[in-house]
Amino acid sequence: MAAADLGGRQATAALTSPYAIELKGISKAFGSVQANKDINIAIPRGTIHGIIGENGAGKSTLMSILYGFYRADSGQILVNGAPVTIPDSQSAIRAGIGMVFQHFKLVQNFTVLENVILGAEDGPMLNSSLAKARKILGDLSREYELDVDPDALIENLSVGHQQRVEILKALYRQAEILILDEPTGVLTPDEADHLFRILRGLRDQGKTIVLITHKLREIMETTDNVSVMRRGTMVATVKTTETSPEALAELMVGRKVLLEVVKNPAKSGEIILSVKDLAVKDEHGVTRLKGVSFDIRAGEILGIAGVAGNGQSELLEALGGIAPASGVVVLNGAELPLTGPRANGKARRDAGIAHVPEDRQSLGLIMDFAAWENVAFGYHDDPRYQKNAWLMDNDALRADTAAKMATYDVRPPIPTLAAKSFSGGNQQKLVVAREMDRNPDLLLIGQPTRGVDIGAIEFIHKQIIALRDAGKAVLLVSVELDEIMSLSDRVLVMFDGQIMGERLPAQTNERELGMMMAGMGAK
Amino acid sequence: MTKLPTWADVGLVPLISLTLAALVSAGVLLAIGQSPMQALSVMVNGALGSSYAWGYTLYYATSFIFTGLAVTVAFHAGLFNIGGEGQAQLGGLGVALVCLALPWPHWTIALVAAMFGAALFGAAWAAIPAYLQAKRGSPIVITTIMFKYIAAALLIYLLVNVLRPDGQMDPASANFPAGAHVPQFQEIPILQGLFQRFGADGLPRLNAEGLPMYQQVPANVTFFIAIAACVLVWVMLWHTRLGYAIRAFGKSEKAAVYAGISPLRIIMIAMLISGALAGLMAINNVMGQAERLVQNSASGAWFIGIAVALMGRNHPLGIFLAAVLFGFLFQGGAALGLETDIPIELRTVVQGLVILFTGALDQMVRMLLGAFFAKKGAT
Repeated sequence: MAAADLGGRQATAALTSPYAIELKGISKAFGSVQANKDINIAIPRGTIHGIIGENGAGKSTLMSILYGFYRADSGQILVNGAPVTIPDSQSAIRAGIGMVFQHFKLVQNFTVLENVILGAEDGPMLNSSLAKARKILGDLSREYELDVDPDALIENLSVGHQQRVEILKALYRQAEILILDEPTGVLTPDEADHLFRILRGLRDQGKTIVLITHKLREIMETTDNVSVMRRGTMVATVKTTETSPEALAELMVGRKVLLEVVKNPAKSGEIILSVKDLAVKDEHGVTRLKGVSFDIRAGEILGIAGVAGNGQSELLEALGGIAPASGVVVLNGAELPLTGPRANGKARRDAGIAHVPEDRQSLGLIMDFAAWENVAFGYHDDPRYQKNAWLMDNDALRADTAAKMATYDVRPPIPTLAAKSFSGGNQQKLVVAREMDRNPDLLLIGQPTRGVDIGAIEFIHKQIIALRDAGKAVLLVSVELDEIMSLSDRVLVMFDGQIMGERLPAQTNERELGMMMAGMGAK
Repeated sequence: MTKLPTWADVGLVPLISLTLAALVSAGVLLAIGQSPMQALSVMVNGALGSSYAWGYTLYYATSFIFTGLAVTVAFHAGLFNIGGEGQAQLGGLGVALVCLALPWPHWTIALVAAMFGAALFGAAWAAIPAYLQAKRGSPIVITTIMFKYIAAALLIYLLVNVLRPDGQMDPASANFPAGAHVPQFQEIPILQGLFQRFGADGLPRLNAEGLPMYQQVPANVTFFIAIAACVLVWVMLWHTRLGYAIRAFGKSEKAAVYAGISPLRIIMIAMLISGALAGLMAINNVMGQAERLVQNSASGAWFIGIAVALMGRNHPLGIFLAAVLFGFLFQGGAALGLETDIPIELRTVVQGLVILFTGALDQMVRMLLGAFFAKKGAT
């Protein structure tokens, strides 16, 4: 593809329509599942347009149709007023559509520059393309705060910077319409703010931004208009200034949703878990958790706040029996072995610890296994699931799974469906069902609502609080400060493998916690 | 990609792949100036056309079932036991030592003891690579191949210097005692009738004692043990805690650790089972057919076993069917070499094409079918 210089905007036919994209009557079915039903939407040029909906509402399918990954069964796509067909992503790029995926598509051991020109080289020899890309990247970074070192290797860049490379890739291909799929899922609050500044800058230059997200706050802060999808249909398109988070949430879920967590004051009792000088080294011998000490009482939720990667994961893994550790951990008065063969996930479960891991897809579930097989995961030795000394009772397991699915509202309630076929929120509910249904003395729960839609967030929060009110101890790790503030009875802030201090949610604010998360502020 | 209906996924896809392999094979035959139709008829006749032919086809299939199952068990634990031939050879050694140890009073006792020996030796040969993988992370793909060569050298040494009876010229053990002879198909009363020999006049041929004569075939009772092994492996993988842990570990080692599944334990157990199954193949070829231990007794069966596991989608039923198919190709290919001008090497070409289409290119067929079903679903 010939890449003209950046100023060369979409030619001629362009400005006849005020809309950058119009979708008319788009429908798409996968087998018996109607992923998109008669979708109509018109996105004005030069605006940021939010598309919001629960997981599985059909947002990603719609964007995949727009980007040429799927073909709509029926309906019409208009770009700048002209009907187009988009059979593949090259056509989408030619139509001026660029996409930034949730999971980046970058070559890890290429430089930024090499990644940007990949697939858009001018000829067999790279030098001229590289030189041109370097110049264009320079212009872009000045114009939009999109600064990235063009010669850095992708693997050395932070997630936020990698995302900028994805945006640069799209802009280098002269995208006029930029689609971002859940762009902040992997970003720190600071990086997210920066991203939104970039997006606003792009809009002010006349680009059209489509922002797919399920975070209401981002929609309210960033977009001009917002469309709400529910179960494959477009239920509303409104001006952002004329709506509210509550109204959007209700449109998304189809019923009233409590955005605030309601809970009674804690009635804390005995100390359930006592941790002293817990330290964890990673496989390279680097100390990730540098001697933390705390107690959790019965009937109490202890929240651990912190930017991802400051030792919270190691804390969960050490307590969950996944990573060997040093220090002293006492559960219900008995010391737990922290190394050796008895320091494993099964022994911890037997001792009364349940663990909802941070990364449900790589730790908490086997994605290829059916839901019922995942319900046994970690509990496959449970006598309830055995037929006799030799055989497992798969029928009992399926029945138990069906019961758990009903209690924890997992949809669709089909025990034989593979875990990967559920939406993120329902996968999480499956893990939560498995772990909480054991009525553990201590629940370790990491990022309970990451990638989970609003309806499910409300549900999972209620479950956590119900467990607390039943007199159990909960250790909550989350990078979402809102979540920490609203659920926790006490908050510990972690930075660089250490605890920076303890606060009561009622007596602190996001700013203070944010400072502590950045390593500032004393105990 | 559109998900295919189950019947298309497990039935139609392999059928189309096989047809494609057959078409390309036909092209190769045409290119070397042979008639594909003649080749096909010779193959079908030679492998399936008579009880005699079946006797060979099922003999080969028996070996392939064991090797296919061995590959599959390791595969479900995420391990590629590529050097199982060494384990099969050691299994043969185990069989020979057991068979030669005693003048066995009855074949059933000898068979049980020999199975034990075969499984033990095969498992033992898999144990060291397994331990190195589990403890030190040495890739099993490399160590099992190294152990295959060690096994070959060990066997030659033992055959030449230890097991060879005095005065025998070839490097092989003594013949097994008569008590260790397991019944071949023509010796099994229910099947016997199928193998009766008839003279040109259509009357049964009788031996000197006036008893009917039977065709000798190498297929033997091990075939039924192989079927039982299929069932047991299926039960083990999908209905026991161990199988659950093996499959979970094979899908994700990290997640298995979260669940409290010990990687060391699973790697060891899965490889021991895999090695034992590999060793059990020797019951078929060493005890059931050769009735003595020779060099390279397991030759070739291993790599076909990998193809069988691949084509059988790592499921015991699929493995059984794929093993019979490869038994057909093996025996039919041999018939080609005997009865036509087509070189026997063509058998390898056909096998290679079957592996290529059913294994490597199977996704291609799946994609095309997926597009077809998607279109059908849309209209």
